[in-house]
Amino acid sequence: MATDITGGTKRAALIEKAGEEVQGRSLWQDAQRRLFANKMAVASMIVLGIITLMAVFADVISPHAYDEVYWDYIGVGPQWENNHWFGTDANGRDLFIRTLYGARVSLMVGIVTTLVALIIGVTYGSIAGYFGGRVDSLMMRVVDVLYSMPLMFFIIILVVVFGRHIVLVFIAIGCVEWLTMARIVRGQTLSVKRKEYIEAARASGVSTPNIIRRHIIPNVIGPVIVFVTLMVPVVILVESFLSFLGLGVQEPMTSWGVLISEGAAQMENAPHMLIFPAVFLAVTLFCFNFIGDGLRDALDPKDR
Amino acid sequence: MPPVENAELLRVQDLKVHFPIRTGGIVFGQYTPLKAVDGVSFSLKAGETLGIVGESGCGKSTLGRGILQLIKPTDGKVVFLGNEMTSMAGEQLRAQRQHMQIVFQDPLASLNPRMTVGDIIAEPLTVFFPKMSVAERKAKVKALMAKVGLLPQMINRYPHEFSGGQCQRIGIARAMIVDPKMVICDEPVSALDVSIQAQIVNLLMDLQQEFGLSLLFISHDLSVVRHVSHRVMVLYLGKVMEIASRDSIYAEPLHPYTQALISAVPIPDPDLEKNKQRIVLGGDLPSPMNPPSGCVFRTRCPRATDICAQVVPKLEEKAPGHQVACHHWGPPAQALV
Amino acid sequence: MAAVLEVRDLQVRFATPDGEVSAVNGVSFDVNESECVGIVGESGSGKSQLFMAVMGLLAKNGRTLGSAKYRGTELVGMPVDKLNKIRGDKIAMIFQDSMTGLTPHLRIGRQMTEVLEEHKGMGGADARARALDMLNLVRIPEAARRLNQYPHELSGGMRQRVMIAMALLCEPELLIADEPTTALDVTVQAQILELMADLKRVTKAAVVLITHDLGTVAGLCDKVQVMYGGRFMETGDVRQIFYKPQHPYTKGLLSSMPRLTEDRRTTLYAIPGQPPNLQRLPAGCPFQERCEFVHQRCVDELPLLQEARPGQFKACHLESLEHPVDDPTRAAIPAEAMPPVIRDVRTA
Ligand SMILES: Nc1ncnc2c1ncn2[C@@H]1O[C@H](COP(=O)(O)OP(=O)(O)OP(=O)(O)O)[C@@H](O)[C@H]1O
Ligand SMILES: Nc1ncnc2c1ncn2[C@@H]1O[C@H](COP(=O)(O)OP(=O)(O)O)[C@@H](O)[C@H]1O
Ligand code: SF4
Ligand code: SF4
Ligand SMILES: [Mg+2]
Ligand SMILES: [Mg+2]
Repeated sequence: MATDITGGTKRAALIEKAGEEVQGRSLWQDAQRRLFANKMAVASMIVLGIITLMAVFADVISPHAYDEVYWDYIGVGPQWENNHWFGTDANGRDLFIRTLYGARVSLMVGIVTTLVALIIGVTYGSIAGYFGGRVDSLMMRVVDVLYSMPLMFFIIILVVVFGRHIVLVFIAIGCVEWLTMARIVRGQTLSVKRKEYIEAARASGVSTPNIIRRHIIPNVIGPVIVFVTLMVPVVILVESFLSFLGLGVQEPMTSWGVLISEGAAQMENAPHMLIFPAVFLAVTLFCFNFIGDGLRDALDPKDR
Repeated sequence: MPPVENAELLRVQDLKVHFPIRTGGIVFGQYTPLKAVDGVSFSLKAGETLGIVGESGCGKSTLGRGILQLIKPTDGKVVFLGNEMTSMAGEQLRAQRQHMQIVFQDPLASLNPRMTVGDIIAEPLTVFFPKMSVAERKAKVKALMAKVGLLPQMINRYPHEFSGGQCQRIGIARAMIVDPKMVICDEPVSALDVSIQAQIVNLLMDLQQEFGLSLLFISHDLSVVRHVSHRVMVLYLGKVMEIASRDSIYAEPLHPYTQALISAVPIPDPDLEKNKQRIVLGGDLPSPMNPPSGCVFRTRCPRATDICAQVVPKLEEKAPGHQVACHHWGPPAQALV
Repeated sequence: MAAVLEVRDLQVRFATPDGEVSAVNGVSFDVNESECVGIVGESGSGKSQLFMAVMGLLAKNGRTLGSAKYRGTELVGMPVDKLNKIRGDKIAMIFQDSMTGLTPHLRIGRQMTEVLEEHKGMGGADARARALDMLNLVRIPEAARRLNQYPHELSGGMRQRVMIAMALLCEPELLIADEPTTALDVTVQAQILELMADLKRVTKAAVVLITHDLGTVAGLCDKVQVMYGGRFMETGDVRQIFYKPQHPYTKGLLSSMPRLTEDRRTTLYAIPGQPPNLQRLPAGCPFQERCEFVHQRCVDELPLLQEARPGQFKACHLESLEHPVDDPTRAAIPAEAMPPVIRDVRTA
């Protein structure tokens, strides 16, 4: 038999001949390498990490409690001697700790809701895409109908029926965002489904759930990850908007949206109340967007 | 070429695969069948290679997929190892897949980019022998990798780290791992360079010899088909034009289409090629959506007469083992090569 | 005979994130008037990029070194507006993918008359009449009707004919055809080959035919240049190349093809290994990893094109393919100094 093995350079062939298994580099690892070569993305990850750590250890960093009212300091600017680093709000509460508590809520809403949307969207979209035909039409019509429902209307109904609660915000935003996710996953699945390796798996007798799990999902997940990083900031913004309208979290708990809304009201006499939370929000949004762009470039096959 | 046994492995009877295509507007549109495969019959013996040739779009791949039940045939029978396959579904069908495998045209596209080579080759094992231990599975994969000419140490690499020829070897290993009785090769060398093509052709023929495989070798390259096949079937617009043993089809093709195909192949020999009188067919392949009446080949056939437009020629045995579907069949008027 | 195109030491480099790709590595040749030159080689051997560089059509990350002269005028580094006067007028190119070669939203007639307006200043009815003549020349059925059709309304074979007609509109002196029949079916390929053979007799244009199909070259070309790893391995007259190949690669290619005309043994000759990685070309002969006659000199020293027989050049250190073992250089090398050429895993 005319077999040959000369792969790559001869030296490589010789080394490989020595017998130990060569570890391949998966597409994920390639993407990871490219992502870490992207300076903006890495810097964004570091900044986000710092913000997250600050939010988690808020009580350790700051001597104040988020709901403690300092009657002597109402709406004052940054003061180092009292450890009111960001100053206080209109009710005399420390703005630094409130900003970090706001970060907790905002990041949590962003991440938890996105995860919920991710799980529902990927399952729904990949099933619709894989089965196609009538199943697909039916499932996607449902999505279309839900899509046409205005978000605000939906949330106001929820709030009226169940009262104001942070979980409602999760549910409400999740209910809407998974629709987009399902559409993206379905589109990707449709294209992956036509690849020959899916047919090869079918010809090898692999069962449908295994095809979806082993062959479809790993290959649609790339664009999905990019979408996820871009969805988190959208969700944070929606939450801020809801809070701005007074439909979000309840006092004394706060979020960036609430803080910004309060700050906006005091813009004239206490600009710091607007500036600090707004800067945090903006930096976070930028970070997510840079990471999303970095991921998109890293996963883009054209660069390979 | 390995000898052929006499046992019949596969019988395809009047197989039809039609795709419903929507024509016209959304409102007044209707479904017209696209007859990708339209009444194909043949049989394949154990250890035999049947070459399937034809222009692109004439239904070669669809025929292969119809036989494997990857596309449900519209009509007809596929009898494999004595079992009628078209009526099977679910588990029963999956169990049959162990014995019939497929190798694809595009080597890289047929491998999942997110799986290691070892996992790709072992996948059929996990389906048909779920109880096999991981170590045993790995040993089997490595042994087969060596056999198809891949370094077993490469087991943890990913498809994109291999060249086209090597990817095709991986695809062949995946097909061979469960010891199938028949492998359908859908243009296995068309995407490869000349120098790599010979390696893969040799590998397939060696494997056939060693394991007594039957091959359905689909290709549009008549030279390669001549090299690998025992018998050759010529398709045109989803219909069989001619089936015969390799020697009779190349030495004395009786169908005008086969003659044109053979004469169209450029031969790497300047003296022969510059002096040869080519039979040049006019026009293009008609759309399979509305094939010509009567004989589907009549719009391009140099021998066509009135009867060809009215009566569909039947595939009939005109010489021993040589079936032709033509009203005016006969040997070519001139030397073809 | 005067040379239409003179290429000297042409090199093409591409900058990529993973390092530099050397697609073409110093090739020199002439294309003479009314001559048909075939460029053959496997995928990635640099055939297309060589002529893309000549035409100034390289991708943005590519650069050209060396010289390419059309009738004494240097093309490398020529400003685009000047190049445009030559491209499409004096030198025309036909691509493999006829769909990308034609603008999808313009009618065939418009695209053809546009070329004539641009280069010949021909307008209206004149240009249309000439376009029609050309379509008739390439034997397009119902040519007058085709002028009003869009590219997607034509079949692949017909689009390729339109491409040829467009290339011939301005009566170019040099026609470069990059795999003109690769995307077509055998029967349609036969039509186009027949057409090109006829056109060769009618027009005076020199033709460069780029292809990986040795059969196509055998029928059409007078001269053949075999490329591998961005270099010419062997050049010569068609009959010399096909009947008396002097380079191991050419010989390997010819012997690895199954043929309609002869029954080759059950096992085909196969060149082992695979084409080289253009990012890490070995020093010495680019074919060394796959050559059965490889010896120490091949590893150390790059073989240059040298005359093997009158009119036939090869880039190989061997004296002759007939008695390679008699090669004194080979005999002088101890076995352990030979580069490791690993062929068979099972024996390893
Ligand atoms: N823009 C680019 N950037 C990097 N590498 C490139 C670029 N364009 C071409 N190449 C590389 O240059 C080499 C030669 O390419 P070329 O297109 O000339 O090959 P070819 O001989 O025409 O092959 P084929 O038969 O496939 O057309 C290839 O390795 C290709 O990957
Ligand atoms: N899923 C499909 N839906 C509609 N038409 C199809 C489908 N698959 C193939 N066809 C059509 O069936 C015909 C035969 O296709 P195919 O078997 O792929 O040809 P070949 O392999 O001979 O090139 C073609 O006209 C093709 O367009
Ligand atoms: S039946 Fe008529 S049209 Fe068909 S192949 Fe024979 S001669 Fe030609
Ligand atoms: S120079 Fe050496 S390696 Fe290159 S083709 Fe000649 S003999 Fe082979
Ligand atoms: Mg096909
Ligand atoms: Mg090319």
